[in-house]
Amino acid sequence: MEKKLKVAALRDGTVIDHIPSDKLFKVVQILHLDTCDNQITLANNLESKKIGSKGLVKIADRALEEDETNKIALIAPNAKINIIKDFEVVEKRPLILPEEIREIVQCGNPNCITNHQPVTTRFKVMKNEEELMLKCIYCEREVKRDQAKIR
Amino acid sequence: MSKNSLVSISDYSKEEILSILDSAANFEANPNRKTLDGKVIATLFFEPSTRTRLSFETAVIRLGGSIIGFSDAATSSSSKGETLNDTIHMVSCYADAIVMRHPLEGAARYASEVSPVPIINAGDGANQHPSQTLLDMYSILKTQGTLENLNICLVGDLKYGRTVHSLIMAMSYFNPTFKFIAPEELKMPDEYKIFCKKNGIKYTEETELTGNFNDADILYMTRVQRERFQDLMEYERVKNVYTLKKEMLENSKPNLRILHPLPRVTEIDPNVDTSEKAYYFQQAQNGLYIRQAIVSKVLNQQ
Ligand SMILES: [Zn+2]
Repeated sequence: MEKKLKVAALRDGTVIDHIPSDKLFKVVQILHLDTCDNQITLANNLESKKIGSKGLVKIADRALEEDETNKIALIAPNAKINIIKDFEVVEKRPLILPEEIREIVQCGNPNCITNHQPVTTRFKVMKNEEELMLKCIYCEREVKRDQAKIR
Repeated sequence: MSKNSLVSISDYSKEEILSILDSAANFEANPNRKTLDGKVIATLFFEPSTRTRLSFETAVIRLGGSIIGFSDAATSSSSKGETLNDTIHMVSCYADAIVMRHPLEGAARYASEVSPVPIINAGDGANQHPSQTLLDMYSILKTQGTLENLNICLVGDLKYGRTVHSLIMAMSYFNPTFKFIAPEELKMPDEYKIFCKKNGIKYTEETELTGNFNDADILYMTRVQRERFQDLMEYERVKNVYTLKKEMLENSKPNLRILHPLPRVTEIDPNVDTSEKAYYFQQAQNGLYIRQAIVSKVLNQQ
């Protein structure tokens, strides 16, 4: 009941649910919500049957674009995105990890040009024996997806 | 951004590699031409590498082109804090192509993104050095008459040695069989073994250099550097074990050739130099023809 009310309280906007608790503020950071003027509700450490403890973000009057929500796919691949209009869920959006990830990941190679010059980082998403890897398109080093450093 | 840049060996398809090797053979037959008449090539060496720089500059001059640039970052504007982006834009006002060596990995890819003229990567940190790879392949082709189905033995520092990594990638088109011979500390990293598996390339691994390359067509030696070892005792041991001596060649195949990217330290005994199987000095000279071919391709002047 409680959860339903929270979602229903949003007339228009975006709800991001099922964010692992330790990733909530990373999501805030990646979506640049700190500089967003819309009404934003954050909740964290909510009980979740699926993942134990979860976070939730509600952004009023703004439907996030797909390339924005897909940025979350890297750190919270199982998050649920709902776009709300007039209190109704009008879109349940699947998260798709983009082929290339820009800006949000920092290259782990201290000798990489991106760590020394004002260069926007770019990583190619690759599969190596069933494991998702990110490959820096500059220094060509690979890192496992779950070991990628988020800026 | 220029599409003609050569940053990484993986930028070239099998056909492009073969066409570069073909073109290098033409330059070897006739190295002095005036196809780059009126062209200006910049050589920007943010870290010194006399060998590579002289090779590129000679390649350009023999084709009638001119050279501008610097051979050491200390004399360049980057030492005053100029960004690489700004240096590249400034130089591209004057030059038709830029040959660049930089101590940071990824510098060449970044330069190729911001540069209006083609970039030729002459080494970016420990990452790529495609002209070295192409001259290695040219040397293999010249000495074996083919690139197909060869037994290639890679020896020494297989962990940090970028030349061997690039060689594996580039040779993957030609059904090679590799033997990796390296001390435990300097073993071939997993990602290259995974690459081999993915591409159906056969390989074996050994940790000692003895006469264990009797079925090899190519013995590719690399430098074992002291600074790669945490334990200096271990370095001393490895250094002695990883020295190729003439006696070890006794039962090797007649067509075996020994390659080394140079400079060498102790990994090839000087008594090997007189063997007809030693090819590392000619290999270095092949670099000139390969670089003539690369510069010509990049400037569409083939
Ligand atoms: Zn990098």
